[in-house]
Amino acid sequence: MKKRSHTRGLACLVLAAAVCLLAPRPASAVSEMFKGKIYNPGHLKPIDSVAVLKVGDPAPDFTLPSIQGPRVTLSEYRGKKNVVISFVPAAWTPVCSDQWPGYNIVRDLFEAHDAVLLGITVDNLPTLYAWTQEMGGVWFPVLSDFWPHGQVATRYGVLRSDGVSERAIFIIDKKGIVRYIHVHDINKRPPLEDIIGALQRIQGGS
Amino acid sequence: MRRCFFTVVLAVGLLGCALVPSPGTAQDGGVPQVGDVFPDLMLPAPQAPALREYLGVGPGASFSVNQVDADVVVVEIFSMYCPYCQREAPVVNEFYGLSQRKSKPGKTVKILGIGVGNSQFEVEVFRKKYQVPFPLIADGDYRVYQLLGQTRTPHFIVVKRSADGSRRVIYSQAGSFGDPEAFFHKLVGDR
Repeated sequence: MKKRSHTRGLACLVLAAAVCLLAPRPASAVSEMFKGKIYNPGHLKPIDSVAVLKVGDPAPDFTLPSIQGPRVTLSEYRGKKNVVISFVPAAWTPVCSDQWPGYNIVRDLFEAHDAVLLGITVDNLPTLYAWTQEMGGVWFPVLSDFWPHGQVATRYGVLRSDGVSERAIFIIDKKGIVRYIHVHDINKRPPLEDIIGALQRIQGGS
Repeated sequence: MRRCFFTVVLAVGLLGCALVPSPGTAQDGGVPQVGDVFPDLMLPAPQAPALREYLGVGPGASFSVNQVDADVVVVEIFSMYCPYCQREAPVVNEFYGLSQRKSKPGKTVKILGIGVGNSQFEVEVFRKKYQVPFPLIADGDYRVYQLLGQTRTPHFIVVKRSADGSRRVIYSQAGSFGDPEAFFHKLVGDR
């Protein structure tokens, strides 16, 4: 009986080790630009919020301060531009620092689809300013949802229980309607082609 | 007892799968350093015939860095999302142009990039944005990145072929390689 218990224990141990080794390892490439300046929070619960919006809903309006100076109001784009909102969890973290710099070189792709990009985090303005300066600056408005803390993230259903936002993409069409929602695994970056593909479908009227 | 036996067999089998590297690839041994043999990991071969010809790889679907037809092979670990890589892209292109003009028999230099965590679409965005003329390989699932020690980007690893045909890493460093001409002459041993 005792021998059987030991065998079972050993089997569980080996099984656990195997599962750990086979599990996909989180990975993001950190640019040399951020050498020594990135805080790694480790692997996080992929999604930690409850959806409140669905495709077809009117997008909740908001006004937020931007690092570029003027406050930005979503409804000001109505009738003029499609709006891609990129929520990222936190400045100075690995995956977020490996996301917006890519959007920085595809302004033409957004503009080709008559779209603007708004980047939002719950960090405060000085932090966002310093972080994006480290990227060499960005062309798109970077908005701070710091105070009241995470209010916009809450209205979009992407505020996590630890106070940061999800890694999420929302696309709002020119009528102010939510046309695309993707709350991504916080540990991974959403592929660029998913965003561009969604913009193509919106522009194509599908 | 029988169920226990099967659990042990399953667990040992899974552990074996996890520990044994895929055929043709290397285990995660960290970033290749000067003096090391570059891991013999397989990369998807470019589709474009001109790029395949440049690398000197055959009709196969994959190739390894150690099969590239050159005396010196520069491997750039980069990402479309890396601001440093974006800034360095014109310098790396200049190095490519220089290596095309100055390579001579016995001192041929070729370069390829591996876009870590980048899909094919993202690699193509980078190629078009910076008009990159040399092969860029997508490593969308970070497989190569993990095998090469998860270094910061860009990271340049240079593999040189000796007279006896063996190849060793002669340069491995994150960040800029500096002046393209000086780097070229350093690699071929002119200075």
